[in-house]
Amino acid sequence: MATRAEIDMRTRLQNWLPKLVLSPSLGMIFVFVYGFILFTVYVSFTDSRILPFVDKNGQTTYELIGFTNYEKLFKLSHWDIAVWNMAVFAGLYIIICTLIGLLLAILLDQKIRGEGLIRPIFLYPMALSFIVTGTAWKWMLDPGIGFENIMQSWGWVSFSFDWIKNRDFALYTVVLAAVWQSSGFTMAMFLAGLRGIDTEILKAAQMDGASNWNLYRRIIIPQLRPAFLSAFVILAHLAIKTFDLVIAMTGGGPGRATELPATFMYSYTFSRNQMGIGAASAVIMLMTIAAIMIPYLYSELKERKQ
Amino acid sequence: MSVASQDSGMRQGRVARVFIYLVLLLFGLFYLLPLYVMGVNSFKPLSEITGGGMMALPEVWTVEPWLKAWSTAQIGVEPTGLRPYFWNSISMVVPAVAISTVLGALNGYVLTKWRFRGDTILFGLMLFACFIPFQIVLIPMAAVLGTLGLAGTTAGLVLVHLVYGIGFSTLYFRNYYAVFPTELVRAAQIDGAGFFRIFWRILLPSSGPISVVCIIWQFTNIWNDFLFGASFASGGGAPMTVALNNLVQSSTGVKEYNVHFAGAILAALPTLLVYIVAGRYFVRGLMAGSVKG
Amino acid sequence: MMMKTLKASVAGLALCAAPAFAEDVEVLHWWTSGGEAAALNVLKQDLEGQGIGWMDMPVAGGGGEQAMTVLRARVTAGDAPTAVQMLGFDILDWGNQGALANLNAVAAQEGWDAVVPAALQEFAKVDGKWVSAPVNVHSTNWVWANKSVLDANGIAVPTTWEEFTAAVETLSAAGVTPIAHGGQAWQEATVFDAVAMSAGGPDFYKSAFIDLDAEALGSDTMKEAFDRMAFIRANVDDNFSGRDWNLATAMVINGEAGFQMMGDWAKGEFLNAGKVPGQDFLCFRFPGTVEQVTFNADQFAMFDQGGTVSDQQAALASSILSPSFQSAFNVVKGSVPARTDVSDADFDDCGKQGMKDLAAAASSGNLFGSMAHGHANPAAVKNAMYDVITAHFNGEYDSATAVEELVSAVEIAQ
Repeated sequence: MATRAEIDMRTRLQNWLPKLVLSPSLGMIFVFVYGFILFTVYVSFTDSRILPFVDKNGQTTYELIGFTNYEKLFKLSHWDIAVWNMAVFAGLYIIICTLIGLLLAILLDQKIRGEGLIRPIFLYPMALSFIVTGTAWKWMLDPGIGFENIMQSWGWVSFSFDWIKNRDFALYTVVLAAVWQSSGFTMAMFLAGLRGIDTEILKAAQMDGASNWNLYRRIIIPQLRPAFLSAFVILAHLAIKTFDLVIAMTGGGPGRATELPATFMYSYTFSRNQMGIGAASAVIMLMTIAAIMIPYLYSELKERKQ
Repeated sequence: MSVASQDSGMRQGRVARVFIYLVLLLFGLFYLLPLYVMGVNSFKPLSEITGGGMMALPEVWTVEPWLKAWSTAQIGVEPTGLRPYFWNSISMVVPAVAISTVLGALNGYVLTKWRFRGDTILFGLMLFACFIPFQIVLIPMAAVLGTLGLAGTTAGLVLVHLVYGIGFSTLYFRNYYAVFPTELVRAAQIDGAGFFRIFWRILLPSSGPISVVCIIWQFTNIWNDFLFGASFASGGGAPMTVALNNLVQSSTGVKEYNVHFAGAILAALPTLLVYIVAGRYFVRGLMAGSVKG
Repeated sequence: MMMKTLKASVAGLALCAAPAFAEDVEVLHWWTSGGEAAALNVLKQDLEGQGIGWMDMPVAGGGGEQAMTVLRARVTAGDAPTAVQMLGFDILDWGNQGALANLNAVAAQEGWDAVVPAALQEFAKVDGKWVSAPVNVHSTNWVWANKSVLDANGIAVPTTWEEFTAAVETLSAAGVTPIAHGGQAWQEATVFDAVAMSAGGPDFYKSAFIDLDAEALGSDTMKEAFDRMAFIRANVDDNFSGRDWNLATAMVINGEAGFQMMGDWAKGEFLNAGKVPGQDFLCFRFPGTVEQVTFNADQFAMFDQGGTVSDQQAALASSILSPSFQSAFNVVKGSVPARTDVSDADFDDCGKQGMKDLAAAASSGNLFGSMAHGHANPAAVKNAMYDVITAHFNGEYDSATAVEELVSAVEIAQ
């Protein structure tokens, strides 16, 4: 028989253990994410150029300059382009991936023969890095050697597809390649959602003579709400991190037509030796992400409490 | 946890089914096209590529580019090919994926079965951390790694990937465990089972599917990472993607596209393999967990 | 807390920058493609002959941008490589940061001051101290031409802008793409280097690109330069955007196009395709810049190893500047030696001419750093100029707007 004190100790330990287990992860995140964000905010108020540091003689190589970096940032037409591109890119990318993902999931859910073969084909692009698939896309979209050339050599002489070379359309080719990469993954999430739906309800509805269309519209798709939300988080995160793709496909061009905030930030921080402006753009970007994600996370997490 | 893998498929006419297969086929072609372009050009001699005909099958088939990419292509000053870097990637990916998955599982367990005041906020903070752009963490991370004496080591790289992978692994496991019946945990508690015992005996045995999802996700992201690998590994310890980048990118040299494509497929083989082998469990894992409220 | 950690680690930088094996040199560079890397291997073997190990740290991408990012991480972590391949203003920036070693002892011993052109020394010295060892000199105001295309259309090598426009129009009328061009910002800037030099001459080039004089930047001459860019834009094929430079070179090699404006590294593509200079292809200075050379030079900057230059660094620096390495490396690379007293025996015709041009330009004060390749102004300004040049080339601005934008972009970037 354990004494009362021992039991107390054990309960106390059991109470603390969960928090103890959680703490290394939380500690890492507070230092390496939130600490670094604060650091970036600090750098954005300095005139840091190559490095945000003191040199060996102990002298600071930067000065605090208030909001100057932010003023400069907002004067750069280059930044406006990047932000606007991000809005268009993220919007189209998330919507198209969701639509294609949903469509393919519904089609694949119709007792398709060879599903085991088709699924990995839809999924595999997620496994590849854009360092080189970017090159393959660049080739295929290039009017000189890609689709345009092939269609024309097959006799469709008037066929024209030169979006990647066109300032007004190049961004859409980036969307195309990005959709290629992640729509299969979105499909998997919706497929999982579809397979999780209670078949009893469906049978009942079918008995009532509901048409396929109505069945999906009224019963199935509303039940996929959690899948929509997960897809949104993952796609939004991928959209914001899109960087390699642009570098490999267009290098931000033609001109600056496919510049995104991530490429802007990288270029000012590391290639242009204007780390202060780079940090300012990162802060604005983080604030924008927060403005979109926090209300979403709030509603999501609050609901789950019930 | 077992969800019957039952299609919610409907009755359709023959025309509709043909149409469905047709659409699936078209999308399949769309997804395969870049792989086809890469594959077909990796078997051509360079002269055939620069001569045009991106989609054409090789007139002369050659495995030379593959051999070159693997063992003799110039990565740095030494013509080593990608081979030595393969192991570097493995020795970085395996611990990083294993640790982040285990921590993610434990975090998910705590956040759903041992709830405390403020846990939702902490989870929210972990989740928001997934969105930090990697470009801004480079410099401060380098400073921290330098202070810890981990700069230029594999351990340092593992730490970096762990830190930025943990948000998603926690998300996956938390959502999965959220629908796991809490009554089972409570019953075990009453029987006197402790924190780890419950995890080990009750939750872990049914965590297979979500572990697959988490491992696939982490493996893909860490294997394909370039920025951290280039910045925090030493030259000889660089992961595969850095070597591939060195192979592919050359500012003022001759570009051997066939070798580039062969190298790209070689570098992607492990992730492709993971998707093909574990793919069937992948949908099952997603189904059982992360897409449910 | 954060700042303290950072400061501590930087304070530690000076002390623990040496790599684990004191006998080795760790070299960060971006020469990873076949010929370049093989050429660098000459240096490696040379050092190994002296008992010094070579730890290779190759990071390719973006013409060294990726390597510079990695360098920042390494320096911040207090783990700077021994030697780093660097260009132009980056060397000065790091030198001013106090991060580079003083090579004056080696330089004096080997007489670098006498053999390295003064314009190049400006990028190898900080406060009168040698901090880096130049490997080569690339010149960027070259035109590459397909000889049989020119011959077939009765075109002689153009030496003035007028002759050049006439030649371009002849080719255009004959249905040949006159100018092969890859639409990437740095390539457009490379062309702009030569075009601005030819439009305004060396004094204009210097005051606009090197002194960043607002008046020169906003002048009518600058507008003329942009007009000439517009002419070039009108005479490239429709498909230029995003094309890699070497694919543009291939167009000249295959006779699909007449000219390409590109630095001397383009020669490697011709040689690789089995073409012979003078017979199959021609290399000449951009019309109107026959006497001038705009250059960029690769160097190896030596990072400070606790206040002194290590023996290994001294050995590396001295190997880099040895005439035998300078010749062996540059024959392969397409560039010319960074010292003007190296024998041209092993070089082909274009290489020989390049060496002659460099020596002549250096002695007549016609050697200028290339704006496009970071040897005329700092990275921030260079990239601001890129933005305007590429926007104009892609039709976003007309020439007058481009001039205005150039003035304001340079102002913001400074």
